[in-house]
Amino acid sequence: MSDTLLVSTRKGLFRVGRHGGSWRIEGVDFLGDNVTLTMTDPRSGRHYVALDHGHFGVKMHRSAEAGGWEEIAAPQYPEKPEGYEEHDMWGRPLAWTTARIWALTPGGADEPGVIWCGTLPGGLFRSADHGRSWEIVRSLWDHPKRKMWMGGGADLPGIHSIIVDPKNSKRVWIAVSTGGIWHTGDAGTTWEQRGEGMRADHVPPELTHDPIAQDVHCLVACRADMRRMWVQHHNGIFVSSDEGRTFTEITDVAPSTFGFPVAVHPRDPDQAWFVPGIKDELRIPKDAKLVVTRTRDGGKTFEVLGKGLPQEHAYDLVYRHALALDETGDRLAFGSTTGGLWVSEDQGETWQSVVHTLPPIYAVRFA
Amino acid sequence: MAKVVFTPNIQRHVACPATEADGESVGEVLAAVFRGNARVRGYVLDDQGGLRKHMTIFVDGRLVRDRTRLSDPVDATSTIYVFQALSGG
Repeated sequence: MSDTLLVSTRKGLFRVGRHGGSWRIEGVDFLGDNVTLTMTDPRSGRHYVALDHGHFGVKMHRSAEAGGWEEIAAPQYPEKPEGYEEHDMWGRPLAWTTARIWALTPGGADEPGVIWCGTLPGGLFRSADHGRSWEIVRSLWDHPKRKMWMGGGADLPGIHSIIVDPKNSKRVWIAVSTGGIWHTGDAGTTWEQRGEGMRADHVPPELTHDPIAQDVHCLVACRADMRRMWVQHHNGIFVSSDEGRTFTEITDVAPSTFGFPVAVHPRDPDQAWFVPGIKDELRIPKDAKLVVTRTRDGGKTFEVLGKGLPQEHAYDLVYRHALALDETGDRLAFGSTTGGLWVSEDQGETWQSVVHTLPPIYAVRFA
Repeated sequence: MAKVVFTPNIQRHVACPATEADGESVGEVLAAVFRGNARVRGYVLDDQGGLRKHMTIFVDGRLVRDRTRLSDPVDATSTIYVFQALSGG
């Protein structure tokens, strides 16, 4: 059970801890800087933080053994071949340079130095030495279908979800906005598209069910049963019982099936949580009431959980990395674009407001 | 040797005091500087070795034109300023 949260915001990394049953801010690092994501490596206990310095580019830091932080290598794209031309969906030359770190996932327990990193404009990177160096996964970057990926919420496509099978480290799933779900069974040597059954209504009818056209906002899998995967999609909620090969759409979930994050219980594949908003340009809570939705039966029914959350004049949006569930499956936390942070210790039944004046929150993780 | 001055704002992240280096182009001078201070390279140049989108370089008061190859000429009396562009906020 974790008593610490790392909260990534537009203006710093906030450390939040539990004291006598309540949660409060303990400190802030990188104050003023744009912190986009963190990862805590359960194998080493080290924390990793991704920064976007704007003018000065994307950087990565790691907690140092002696305390504090040390800058380590950031993923770097390979040299673009002389004369090679590639354009983004707008027809502009595509820069082979890291525009954002959008996913960080530890490798398996049997490969202690391995970390996977997803980026904009679509490069997947792998480190074998705890982030001291990174190699782009060429098999995916050079895949002819990679060039069909498009921007989703950003000008450039990006890999935002990476899942490593806890029982077989060579099996990895990624999800792309927009580009659907991809799977490798051989540690990245070869890739196949997954995600039949998802539906995109922002593309012409002939592409609606094409797996590569899908704007997956977030992909998660139950650690105890990898057959069960949940997707929060631009179009709604989808669930898979065959490791992401096929999905079934879940509709008629009040107040909305639109949103960005999803969390699944680590041992019960039927339990999942979402933070809904109005689809799709408004992106605010329905009726200005901030709620979490939860299913405990694999999506047959959903509960609306709002006890302790603001139920009037709430305009919070929760980004895809800003909902966290701890390893027990009991504690949840989420942060919003308007700087609110809430924690639940009872699977979302009740929520405790930690703070509502933080900078815009990009990511929340239990450390 | 050309003189190279970095924006004070970069110093919060990585120390790069004003220095001098040899070279006949902006790229050659900066390469010489980065050989002695490798970490700062990634703060100024992108993954392909071009100038980052919201960085600017002035040589003797003139904005450099070649942001990709950094081929603008310099001489031994030049001063190179590495600044942020306000386009980046």
